[in-house]
Amino acid sequence: MMTPAPLVVQGRGDGMRDVVRRRYLLSLLVRKELRVRYRASLLGLGWSYVKPAVQFGVYFVGLGLLLRQNAIGDYAVYLFGGLVVMTAFSEAVGNATRSVVVNGDLVRKIYLPRELFPVSSLFVSAVHLGPQLLVLLVGAIVAGWRPDPVGLLALVLGLLLTAMLALGLGLLLAAVNVFFRDVENLVDLVLMVLVWASPVLYSWQRVADLVGRDSAWLTAYQANPLTVAVELVHRGTWAHASPGNAAATPPGLLGYTVLAFGIAAALLVVGQLTFRRLSGRFAQEL
Amino acid sequence: MTRHHALSAVEVDGASKHFRLRHTHSLKERLVWTVQGRNRTDDFTALHPLDLTITQGESVALLGRNGSGKSTLLKLMAGVMAPDTGEVRVRGRLAGLLEVGAGFHPDLTGRENVHLNASILGLERETIEERFEDIAAFADIGPFLDTQVRFYSSGMFLRLAFAVAVHTEPDVFLVDEILAVGDEAFRAKCLERIELLAAQGRTLVVVSHDLPLVERLCSRGIVLEHGHAVADGPVSTAVHRMRAAG
Repeated sequence: MMTPAPLVVQGRGDGMRDVVRRRYLLSLLVRKELRVRYRASLLGLGWSYVKPAVQFGVYFVGLGLLLRQNAIGDYAVYLFGGLVVMTAFSEAVGNATRSVVVNGDLVRKIYLPRELFPVSSLFVSAVHLGPQLLVLLVGAIVAGWRPDPVGLLALVLGLLLTAMLALGLGLLLAAVNVFFRDVENLVDLVLMVLVWASPVLYSWQRVADLVGRDSAWLTAYQANPLTVAVELVHRGTWAHASPGNAAATPPGLLGYTVLAFGIAAALLVVGQLTFRRLSGRFAQEL
Repeated sequence: MTRHHALSAVEVDGASKHFRLRHTHSLKERLVWTVQGRNRTDDFTALHPLDLTITQGESVALLGRNGSGKSTLLKLMAGVMAPDTGEVRVRGRLAGLLEVGAGFHPDLTGRENVHLNASILGLERETIEERFEDIAAFADIGPFLDTQVRFYSSGMFLRLAFAVAVHTEPDVFLVDEILAVGDEAFRAKCLERIELLAAQGRTLVVVSHDLPLVERLCSRGIVLEHGHAVADGPVSTAVHRMRAAG
């Protein structure tokens, strides 16, 4: 016989390491999620194109044409770049928050690393992000963007930052939502406001004009890690689409990027610790 | 420390579980109950601190009336809940069948559910593919394998769920009342399979009210009463005690 397996303490998961170990299960859960979401739907995954397209159309006409935000060069690319980040983030956080409660049946009856639920929400939103990203890249190229190394790095960092923020918050909120279902309603509310709290629909200069360039409010606004993610994606695609755009990249973006990754990493640690601490009580609360 | 010739498979080390039943959830309810001077919570100890060692290859029955704490103990072993005090340690791969077909999703086909459920129970992708034919043959539901599970009869559903469970071949197998269902022929097939698992030296922990079944499957019986283990010995003694208690 082989060397005997070691004794393992039950009910105390290994957090993210478990998720990495159970990748196959994760892929099955993601597939299940997508299948269930689009069951008996004619358009299926096509809905992940339609929804952002409609949202984009509404903002483009309403804000771009009617309210003259299209003074921003290549407004379509600018707007879509920001919306891509916001859509992916909102979907990931919104679904992750509900993920443990929705899978309550499973949580109560079988042990599997519970982190898998919020993580699979993140992957589902990544699947939806794919085609949108493609549209963004094609749009940017049509507008005149030629991929530059710094830009590509900024784009990748922007998306990575979004994923880290979504996962950290998702873990935290999913765990707390088991005990207080108010959380999911609160999250919906905050997500609704969030698109206005970052330079997605307008440029950051508007905020600077409003609160003053040296104001602490502007610093707070720009230190918002989601703002940083949006600006990184802008830097990656929109900034080099037309000659005038690069000048509109906010100064000090590099510093804010470092700060944002620090915040995201801290959030991940807090989210993971909270989730692990509370997960032993999920089964009895659901 | 005493040395055993056989290794332990499950070690329950002072594990206890205590529930607080909340009667009020919203702020309004809380306020009303407080004003009325009613207790907003009830405390309930499902399991008092318990020490228990199950050696590899043992088949153990957990017996007791409803609410005696046996399902709670099984859930602690499965890791579905964490104990309030103490620890539960398990050696090797564990499959907890706290309910047949938990983890099956009605919108997936039988085939997809087999993969999902086997993976939840801890099998690797290659192992699932390797055993898939055996699982399908055992379930014997023919062309329905590629139909969504929502269209299955309850019998077919159980057959497939059992088939997956018994083919996971875990080192420690936890079973909660799952043998109470299914038609007679299929039930016999499942029992044979579980006996085979036990004969292979796998550890079995069974919760059941079906005393003849328990006598057939298990060698050791533990009786729980109000969250305490009140008897632990040969299964015949435990079953006798249960019968005497009515």
